[in-house]
Formats: sequence, structure tokens, C-alpha cells
Amino acid sequence: MSLSRKTALAGVFEHPARFAPNKSMFQIMAESVRGALDDAGLKIQDVDGVCTTGIGMSGMGVVGFCDYMNLTPNFVDSTSIGGSSFVAHTAHAAAAIAAGLCKVAVVVYGSTAASQRFAIGTGGGGGGSDPCDQYEVPFGPTTVGSYAMMAQRHMHEYGTTSEQLAEIAVTMRLHASMNPAAKYRELITVEDVMASRIISSPLHLLDCCIISDGGGALVVTSAERARDLKKKPAYILGCAETVRHPARGRRDFMEMAASQSGPLAFERAGVTPGDIDMAMIYDSFTITVLMTLENLGFCKRGEGGAFVGGGRLRYDGALPTNTDGGGLSSNHPGMRGIFLVIEAVKQLRGECGPRQVKDCALALCHGTGGTLGIRHSGATLILSNQ
Amino acid sequence: MADEKSDKKKYAKPLPRLDEESRPWWEALKRHELYIQKCRDCGDLRYYPRALCTNCLSSRTEWVRCGGKGKVYTFTATMQNQAPGFRESLPYLMAYVELDEGLKLLTNLVECKPDEVKIGMPVEAVFEDATPEVTLLKFRPAR
Repeated sequence: MSLSRKTALAGVFEHPARFAPNKSMFQIMAESVRGALDDAGLKIQDVDGVCTTGIGMSGMGVVGFCDYMNLTPNFVDSTSIGGSSFVAHTAHAAAAIAAGLCKVAVVVYGSTAASQRFAIGTGGGGGGSDPCDQYEVPFGPTTVGSYAMMAQRHMHEYGTTSEQLAEIAVTMRLHASMNPAAKYRELITVEDVMASRIISSPLHLLDCCIISDGGGALVVTSAERARDLKKKPAYILGCAETVRHPARGRRDFMEMAASQSGPLAFERAGVTPGDIDMAMIYDSFTITVLMTLENLGFCKRGEGGAFVGGGRLRYDGALPTNTDGGGLSSNHPGMRGIFLVIEAVKQLRGECGPRQVKDCALALCHGTGGTLGIRHSGATLILSNQ
Repeated sequence: MADEKSDKKKYAKPLPRLDEESRPWWEALKRHELYIQKCRDCGDLRYYPRALCTNCLSSRTEWVRCGGKGKVYTFTATMQNQAPGFRESLPYLMAYVELDEGLKLLTNLVECKPDEVKIGMPVEAVFEDATPEVTLLKFRPAR
């Protein structure tokens, strides 16, 4: 059974807040749901599916949020696989709708990570109480440190340079400069990135995503119903997800979850990397983008350094990537997967103003959650306006 | 004054939460010995220790002595970490070491400076007695 073009994104909303100390997580989420339903032309009474998770949320947060919204849906999903969760939720909602489990699902996220001063990348011992954590937390594995180790290895194996990684940050900032909602909009240069302090070698401050408040929501429904709604549907063509971990001590760490979820999603969508008009690639760190592009098959493994240069990732380049400015410059409220889907849908509708990608018909979103160098998840979603 | 002195000695970094499954690993480290798990049925080596072989699901496990020699697979010098214990010991080196037995494990590199570390560099195990109960497996440049 193929899911392709059976369901669509009918409404999206990115919460404009980047710093909201006066709002609760649920308030940001509720305002986001309202925005996405308005965008779709639907009412709260139409919603019978709810998908959410969050960094500030308890394990049963989805039930708490249903309480806040006074919802009693027929489908709930709180898959919690890190920042990629919302890309996976979109796929799960699509599957649920195609299977008849619900009719209109909202995928929602909200966080006050910045105003509560979460030290997301550089805090904690880097682990919880799962049995595996005892072999890691004593050594101080920060989130940035885990990604930094992958950058170091990539440089060793393939000769990738810090300047090549910096190109990614520079491009994301260019895109942010064209996004009025972005948190950081001043243009930067490769030299600026190189001159910023090292957080965890070889990654500089400007190789790291920002921390903001924020949230967003998506409305998923059947393709048939979406065609009768306010906005042009973004059809879900293909999706896939998986995880990577140290593999009992045997992992090839340059191989990511994306190398499995990417090809599966392409196959299910019936398209190839060469067909993609724009990509939203989770940019927790510059290295995440470079390695994800390789692992999805946009270039060969080891060629990412050269691939991301020469303006290729610019909104007017061959593979426009993270046209909203990404987590590196626009927003990163702890988890960012939802914004990948929101921007992709806006691009497919042609709503992006000065940063609009020309003739954008096919978009790819890939979320990476968790820590690339220890355990991470990957979720790929391919969308089309046709 | 005595209190202040004992506070200084207190180990501030997070400690492993031992359980029955992991106890033989940690007890060996406490004796300054390194043992890894091998499946008695299919021979698969595994790290971290767990009750079942992930290859054949057998519970028949033996612990085999490991030489503690390996190479740096990758590393990072951490310059920023707000967590107690770590914020006082910046920069510190976190690394994956690939043991000669073929297993990669997350650890710290000690007795060397960040600019002295190279991927592929031979390293050897050091046993760091963090507390009277817990010894951590770290690595230093091979001598």
C-alpha cells in the first residue's frame, strides 16, 4: 500500500515569538494550532488527531495538551525521537488518515527554551536514566561535543575544512536576512564564523544553532479534503524514519539514519535527489547539514565539503536549503523539526517573498534528532504541490 | 574547615548508575581490569555490556579480558559545558577509542593536551578511581 498523494498538509503556522517569557509552552502551542487551522480554513472542532512532544514536556504531555485544548481526539502520537519528531509525526498522521484512524490531525510544538535559559547544547551530563547512559554521562558528552566528534572524523576521513562548514552558516544567515521573523539577520562571512570562539573543537559558536523560544503547527488531512480548503495542498509523497546508535561498539559513524530513511522516502515518493527543488535539512550544527546531504544521496560520501560551497545551498542556487534561515539563524526552540515542514509547505505554495525558490514543486525535509555522535533518529518527508 | 576540605574532595561529575546487568563491568574496572562481553553461542563481541547477544539473542555470555590498547577514532576538546564538575575542568577531551578488539567506546583522553591529539593515535587504558565505589575507563597516549 502506498501513501503517496493520499494525504496533504492543508495548513501551517510558525509562531512569530522568538522570546516569550510571558507565555507558557501550551499557550504557544495553542496559538500555533489556531494559526494553522486558520491557514487551512478549519475549526478546532474538525481536529480528531493530535501529535506532539517537547523538551519541556512530560512523557504524557500530549494528554496534558489535549486537556488544555479540551480535545478528545481519535488518534494521538507523542513519538519522541528528538528534534526530528515532528517530521515523523507528519508521516504518522498521514498513515493514520490514510488508514481511516482520523480525518484531521494537528502536529504541534511549542517551547520557551530561550526564556527559561535551557543549556541545550552545552549543559547537563548529556544523558538520563536509560541503562546505556551510565557508559556515557561520566565523560561529559554535550550535544555539541557529540556533533563535533563527527566533524573531526569527517575532516580526518575526507579533508573537509572548517571554512567549508562555515559556508553553510553564511548561507543560512543570508536566508535569515530575507526572513523578517528570523532571530539573527545581520549578514556574516566565513571569516566571522572562523573568528567565533570554539565551543567544542572543531565547531565554532557560529557553527551551532541558536536557542530561541517558539513553536508551530501543521494540519494534515486527506488529499481530497485538502483540495477543498483555503490553501493549495502540499501532498505527502513519501516518508521514512529510522535510528542510528553505536551498534554494540561497531558503528561506522559517518553513516547516518538519513542513509536509510532517505532512499526509502525517495523510493516511496517515486522521485530521486536530482528531482528535489528545495531542501529543509535539520541544522543543529553546520556538520549536520553537510553529512545529511551526503547521507541522503545529494552527493557522495566525503564530497559534502565541496558540495555546500559555491552558493549551491542559496535560495537561488542549485539546491536551495533552509531558506528560512534554519536553526543556525532563524529559530531553534530546542527542537526544530516542525519548522522544516512549515517552510517547505510555504515554498511549495510560493509564499516566501524575497527568499522564494523559483518553480518550487518538490521539497524534501529531513530531521535529525538526538546526538549524531551517540544516538540519533532521522525522519525524511517528501512533499509536492502537484 | 574540615567540611570545606571534604567538599573539595567530593567528586562533582555525574556518576554511572550501576545495575545488576552492568555490575561485572564496573567491578572489573574497580580492580583496574578491562573485560568485554562475548557471546558463548555466536562469538559476537559487544559493548556496552548487556544481558543478551544482539546477533543471536543468546543469554550465554562470557567476559573476556581485553588488553586496553587502541587508537583514537575521533575526539573533541570541549570548551563549554555548564554541568557541575565539567565546568571546572574545561577544556576536556572526549573521544571514541577503537580498541584493538574492534569495539569503539566513548571515553575521555587524559594526560595529553588538545593540540597533541590526532585521530589514529595509539592509546592505552588508564583506570581513574573517581570514588571508592566507581572507577572510570579513560585513555592516555600509549607509552
